[in-house]
Amino acid sequence: MLQVSIYRYNPETDAEPRMQDFQVDTGGKDVMVLDVLEQIKAQQDSTVTYRRSCREGVCGSDGLNINGKNGLGCITPLSETVRDNKLVIRPLPGLPVVRDLVVDMSLFYAQYEKVQPYLQNNTPAPAIERLQSPEDREKLDGLYECILCACCSSSCPSFWWNPDRFIGPAGLLQSYRFLADSRDTATEERLSRLDDPFSVFRCHGIQNCVNVCPKGLNPTRAIGHIRNMLLSRAA
Amino acid sequence: MVKVVTSFGRSGVSDWLVQRVSAVILLAYFLFVAWVLLAGVSYTEWKGLFEATWMRVFSLMALLSLGAHAWIGMWSVLTDYLTERMLGSKGNVLRILAQLLTTLALFVYVVWGVQILWGY
Ligand code: SF4
Ligand code: SF4
Ligand code: FES
Repeated sequence: MLQVSIYRYNPETDAEPRMQDFQVDTGGKDVMVLDVLEQIKAQQDSTVTYRRSCREGVCGSDGLNINGKNGLGCITPLSETVRDNKLVIRPLPGLPVVRDLVVDMSLFYAQYEKVQPYLQNNTPAPAIERLQSPEDREKLDGLYECILCACCSSSCPSFWWNPDRFIGPAGLLQSYRFLADSRDTATEERLSRLDDPFSVFRCHGIQNCVNVCPKGLNPTRAIGHIRNMLLSRAA
Repeated sequence: MVKVVTSFGRSGVSDWLVQRVSAVILLAYFLFVAWVLLAGVSYTEWKGLFEATWMRVFSLMALLSLGAHAWIGMWSVLTDYLTERMLGSKGNVLRILAQLLTTLALFVYVVWGVQILWGY
């Protein structure tokens, strides 16, 4: 029997959060963490609350803190995380809890919105698509794949302390995705909005973000590119 | 863009650059001083060294670097932990107080250091 401990909290009725223990029979199979949650919800306690949708690592809704490390429940197999037969599931750290494992992502989205995550081009639209060379297109690899699961930003100490002023790894990765796009013409405006001591420069290169990204992306490298763009613009 | 008035250079890029450059100067200075000390130095040699203008300028550079470096470093630590977000409105009061103390201490050290360098 797998020993599962789940964070429970209803801010409307509970004075404080508590951990609730469950015993789960996985039938000896190496299932995903999300499967364990589903099994608990179906068979033991239907009030356990969490988000999930695609159950295949595409939608980004089940970012969880699993045995102390952020990740997606649906693509984290027990064999990868369970030690001593224990599974501890908490909500993503640093964000306000709405209920149990569901967090309020408003701050995270507000930072995403700040980087204006859409293509901006003020030249007249061509009759066909705006073309891009294969080399230029390649520059977007490792950037566009982000699914906004918030595993990275909610593992970043700088984001914990200043989630309203530091854009955080997810937002900055997307910021660079548009800074690096050959079709985007708003580079200068984008950079001038980042040139303060918080938005980019609160990153201290701890690389927690790289360590947890379930898509294998590297926000720290993207942040380094932004910093270099800001430096060469200032020089 | 986030508005900031109490940081050293008020822009992320300049703070970042000053932090790096001052770190390099400090490293060079302390390595040099350590090298002189380890090589064995008498009182007269030590005094002679600090009478040379280049050494005074080098020391002053290190002192100013220390001031800037500490200001930027302390500012970023204080704005992480002593904030309204972490401590409520008393966070702001505490942070401004701590910032004033830091600035005062740095000012005293720099003036005192100049006095030592050119006073003997
Ligand atoms: S590298 Fe930067 S963005 Fe990533 S976790 Fe560390 S401080 Fe946060
Ligand atoms: S960079 Fe990775 S961890 Fe961060 S939000 Fe995107 S997919 Fe999730
Ligand atoms: S349920 Fe969609 S990413 Fe896990």
